[in-house]
Amino acid sequence: MHPPVAVNRAELPEEVQDVSAADWLRMYRLMATIRAFEEQVNELYLSRRMPGLAHLYIGQEAVAVGVCEALRPEDTITSTHRGHGHCLAKGARVDRMFCELLGKAEGYCRGKGGSMHIADPDSGNLGANAIVGGSTGIATGAALSAKMRGTDQVSVCFFGEGALGQGLLYEVMNMASLWKLPVVYVCENNLYNEYTHYRETTAGDILARPRAFGIPAEEVDGQDVRQVLAAARRAVARARRGDGPSFLLCNTYRYFGHHVGDVDRSYYRRREEEEAWKAQRDPLKLLRDWMITAGLAAPEDFEAAERAAREEVAQGVAYALQAPYPDPSEVTQHVYA
Amino acid sequence: MSTPSAAVRGPAAGTVREITLAQAIREALAEEMRRDPRVFILGEDVAEAGTPFKVLSGLVDEFGPQRVIDTPISEAGFVGIAVGAAMTGMRPVVDIMFGDFLTLAMDQIVNQAAKVHYMSGGKLRVPLVVRTTLGATRRSAAQHSQSLHAWFAHVPGLKVAVPSTPYDAKGLLKTAIRDDNPVLFFEDKMMYQVKGPVPEEEYTIPFGVADVKRPGRDVTLVATSSMVYVALEAAELLEQDGISAEVVDPRTIFPLDVETLVRSARKTGRVVVVDEGHRRYGVTAELAATIAEEAFYDLEAPVRRVGALDVPVPFSPVLEDQTVPTPQQVASVARELCGRN
Repeated sequence: MHPPVAVNRAELPEEVQDVSAADWLRMYRLMATIRAFEEQVNELYLSRRMPGLAHLYIGQEAVAVGVCEALRPEDTITSTHRGHGHCLAKGARVDRMFCELLGKAEGYCRGKGGSMHIADPDSGNLGANAIVGGSTGIATGAALSAKMRGTDQVSVCFFGEGALGQGLLYEVMNMASLWKLPVVYVCENNLYNEYTHYRETTAGDILARPRAFGIPAEEVDGQDVRQVLAAARRAVARARRGDGPSFLLCNTYRYFGHHVGDVDRSYYRRREEEEAWKAQRDPLKLLRDWMITAGLAAPEDFEAAERAAREEVAQGVAYALQAPYPDPSEVTQHVYA
Repeated sequence: MSTPSAAVRGPAAGTVREITLAQAIREALAEEMRRDPRVFILGEDVAEAGTPFKVLSGLVDEFGPQRVIDTPISEAGFVGIAVGAAMTGMRPVVDIMFGDFLTLAMDQIVNQAAKVHYMSGGKLRVPLVVRTTLGATRRSAAQHSQSLHAWFAHVPGLKVAVPSTPYDAKGLLKTAIRDDNPVLFFEDKMMYQVKGPVPEEEYTIPFGVADVKRPGRDVTLVATSSMVYVALEAAELLEQDGISAEVVDPRTIFPLDVETLVRSARKTGRVVVVDEGHRRYGVTAELAATIAEEAFYDLEAPVRRVGALDVPVPFSPVLEDQTVPTPQQVASVARELCGRN
């Protein structure tokens, strides 16, 4: 490990000036785990070892990691169809995630949910959701519940910019603002509603929408985990104080297609665009370059983190591939509590 | 699945009052809210207004606006919020003013509430009650008169209660609130002022236990919600013709007390199923098929169905009144079954 070095405070937002080099490196490791996990998911799909499809989070890692870093274990999140990164960032284990993706009994949902429905209440994850915008009500309800139960838990609602087209979001933001609920709406704008650029589907100014309900809203560089963490800390602190909801518009990019099978993307976006994001706006590269330049870590620290991430993923998938399927009799279990 | 219906048939001994169905609902809510601080009410005009039907009048005075919460007119939004609250330790009772408005919250009920427990491999629970109304003849036309309970009985993960009497409504609602699953609780808006005996003492009624509202020998009338009264009137008409009709009220359409329905069908050999939902693909179809499958060799005649006319509910009284099953219609079908037409 590198020697403890003082962080160059001038480069950092106020809210994250206390974050140690070791913590930034831990976030890097988590982003590397998410990336290695998703690369492995893609490989499982291509080698036809995974049933169904998956929606990869690669390119967006800084959003999940930065936001969840601002949370406590007892805080809750809801996630989306593109949710593996959120689950891992909130504390899910790689091996049990792979078990779920492969429909195995040790999966987080005993193989009943799959890629789009991973829920892990033990780590505060109330579940991914395959209905776009479908969990905005659940996240807002968890915030109402926290307030009624007198806890200071905060609820985070992750959704893509595609959910801006769903009326439910506006209904629940209205109530969250009226009732000052401790919820943070995190909109990840990866530019594409499936195969359509968001500018074709989204009128006006996105930030004006939450602001119309009196919800503070800010635009965040979703590729820079430092900026994401700073914004998340501001929003989470506001929620925990009882001052109500916030809205973070995190600008980001998904490197892969809408799902693993979306390989030919030329009809909706150019390869040059993809390459530019990867070369200039990669969340892992941005953090690594800053830390090296600031003297917070050495190149070998990042190589070690990536090696460890790949090893964790390799062990996790190996475990899941040989893990047993649920007994067929489980098909009728858990319909009713 | 069921216990003998005699065990839960009528009010127990002790002080019994005559109260309306609306009062019975209000009592059930108040008792459960006193018993369990996690129970709260969420919906449009539920607090000071006490709903347009005044079912909830006074609850906000006792429990305050923190537990009897007026919402914006956002059915999807507040049902979604209730689902999230239910998943995280609360026990919300949502009020959907007219059953027709359930359509606005279908994703939250069908894709979220119904599936969370299963999709999470049993880890998450949704102890949610959605109270709402059904029933026509209020001259409210097509968007305030539907009986959509069959839709929800079709969805695994949901339970559906359709009480007919104040006694049943109170006991079933208390059970619904204590259930760890999402329950759709349908009240016929035309029955709120119907009175019936309800004991002072605490009681609950288990789901999946039908009630024989009137014993008989010659024909079974299976009826739900307000159609129980239609069936009881039909039974009176049939009595005049010397036909003894048994009226069986399933009380919950899921879980369904198949045993009691089939026992009655085997006894009488003739069955008419009456429900206010549309006839096609409806509750009557499911109950008739279930009875036919289970009791076929004991039946003297095919199971017959009487449901709402398959048209949107019209406004004009001369039109609307044709759409809802009547005692005369039910009696006529029963007479046909008995070879007396």
